[in-house]
Amino acid sequence: MAEPMLQLRGLTKRFGGLTAVDRVDLEVYPGEVVGLLGDNGAGKSTLIKMVSGVYHPDGGQIFFQGREIRLGSPMDALELGIETLYQDLALAENLNVYANIFLGRERTKPFLGLIRVLDHANMHEESEKVLKRLEIEIPSLKSQIKHLSGGQRQAVAIGRSIYWNAKLLIMDEPTAALGVQEQRKVLDLVRVLASQNIPIIVISHQLYDIFSVTDRLVIMRRGRKVAERRTKDTTPDEVVGLIIGSEEVAQQPAGGPPAD
Amino acid sequence: MVPEAAASTNRKATAPARWLGRNWAIVFLLLELAAFGLLGKNFFSPENLQNILVACLPVLLLAMGETFVIITGGIDLSVGFVMGFATVVCAKFMVLLQAAGLPPWASIPLAALICLAIGLIPGLINGTLVARLKVPPFLATFGLYGIAYGFSEIISKNTPIGGLPPIAGEIGNEYFFYIVPGKTVSFLVKPQNLAMEEMRSMISVLPILVVIFFVFVAIFAFVLRRTRFGQHTYAIGGSMDAAVRAGINVPAHLTWIYIISAFFASLSGVMYVLKYVSGRADAGSARMLDSVVAVVIGGASLYGGTGAVKGTIIGALIIATLETGMVNLLIPSHNRYIAIGAILVIAVLIDQFFPELVGRGE
Repeated sequence: MAEPMLQLRGLTKRFGGLTAVDRVDLEVYPGEVVGLLGDNGAGKSTLIKMVSGVYHPDGGQIFFQGREIRLGSPMDALELGIETLYQDLALAENLNVYANIFLGRERTKPFLGLIRVLDHANMHEESEKVLKRLEIEIPSLKSQIKHLSGGQRQAVAIGRSIYWNAKLLIMDEPTAALGVQEQRKVLDLVRVLASQNIPIIVISHQLYDIFSVTDRLVIMRRGRKVAERRTKDTTPDEVVGLIIGSEEVAQQPAGGPPAD
Repeated sequence: MVPEAAASTNRKATAPARWLGRNWAIVFLLLELAAFGLLGKNFFSPENLQNILVACLPVLLLAMGETFVIITGGIDLSVGFVMGFATVVCAKFMVLLQAAGLPPWASIPLAALICLAIGLIPGLINGTLVARLKVPPFLATFGLYGIAYGFSEIISKNTPIGGLPPIAGEIGNEYFFYIVPGKTVSFLVKPQNLAMEEMRSMISVLPILVVIFFVFVAIFAFVLRRTRFGQHTYAIGGSMDAAVRAGINVPAHLTWIYIISAFFASLSGVMYVLKYVSGRADAGSARMLDSVVAVVIGGASLYGGTGAVKGTIIGALIIATLETGMVNLLIPSHNRYIAIGAILVIAVLIDQFFPELVGRGE
């Protein structure tokens, strides 16, 4: 198999006496969608925040593209191409689609040889390209974000990270606030990204989403990684059992995951 | 993705109501002009219309800086007294430089530049308090409100500063062109030796002050609309969090915003000195209200993220028209504060309860 894009070895995080993440190993390969599952307080978010530079690990190592990395801040992670999409998405609602894609890195052009002004045409065109590549349809890139649906916002945020060369995408509950049809669209988008060789870690409570979109599942409980399964080799029942930690896991060999 | 939310944006308001919601300020300004035109004497004379432009300047200059601040979701309550501080500093330096033997052509611009430079300090303090030390804008600038006023009284020794070069008043009150119909057109200098009749028919065009200070308004309108700096100003007002995560240096940007606000307050102070040939600590005390009102009437939300110079100009014109019209009708000036205060409250209520009417959010 190819070299993993991300590799965690014995990653540990303690808050006072509580060990939130306890010696977790994890690998994510190019083009792979990995689901991270666990009950509230299982340590998923803490684990992710170490990878995105928000928390500093108390033990263990993070390797990215084969090299060990130390993240001092979220900006360090962003510069490496590790992009985390939280539920709030961090979009400026009063600005339009392409302004958000280029926020902080706006394209400019000279004006009267004196001063540089925003190059709206260029930003519009470039945004259109990246959204098209991801098969995202948004009626007008001049619409303010506040006029877009939840799924469209999600798509804009993803488009932005891809445009700026995200090499690993972490999505925290990407479908939580969406209607059924929109959830479908976002999940499709995740598959499109994976097909373009961008690995994705998805945190979700919605088993249906997880089963329809992931290649592999990692299950955490009380800070530890308790299981790892190929999605096609497991069932929702087994996964629920692993999440809640019941000893007896009903085996249903005939069940299988929903259509991929 | 499905355009379902986009279609529902303006579900609640009918088309004419929405149009009125977006353009009520212009409609209000036109109604105001019409009312004063009907009731007043010579309200539409070229002279009076230009008076409105001059009257709008102090409000507009303060409101320009306030526009930047309010778009970021902040507020600057210190502008009125920073303006007063600037008048005192500017007048004091004109007097000192004149006493030092400098001719007016040097002492006036030099004093103005010194005043504008010193005027950046309150902005730097406001910006540092708000952006770096996380003091709420309302409190930080309220502190400066008192501090700036106190220093102005110390510098002016509690009395208006006079004895300025008289040419200052000419810059502040003269026009670029004087036209005597059928006789002469002159540039900058009033035609001499005119008969009484001709004096009366003389039309003055383009107040010098309006030209000088509108240049600054135009430059900063451009900055807000066309540059990255302007874009980041809107982004910070829309979502501070998004701006930070997009790598924008938010503390530095906000500091500049408050410096711009103080710069415009100082410009307004320089304008006051040129117009009234004096400097006084309370020159702008009543103007803070005006500046906030002008911005809010202009369509900016006090919650941040929206606003434009075009709207602020309309807001300032509404206030200046009210002011000029009341003088024209000999209505005591205290009534204008009641009117302007009421306009502010109504504008904010519309913003809060009928956002869809103003085309803002859902």
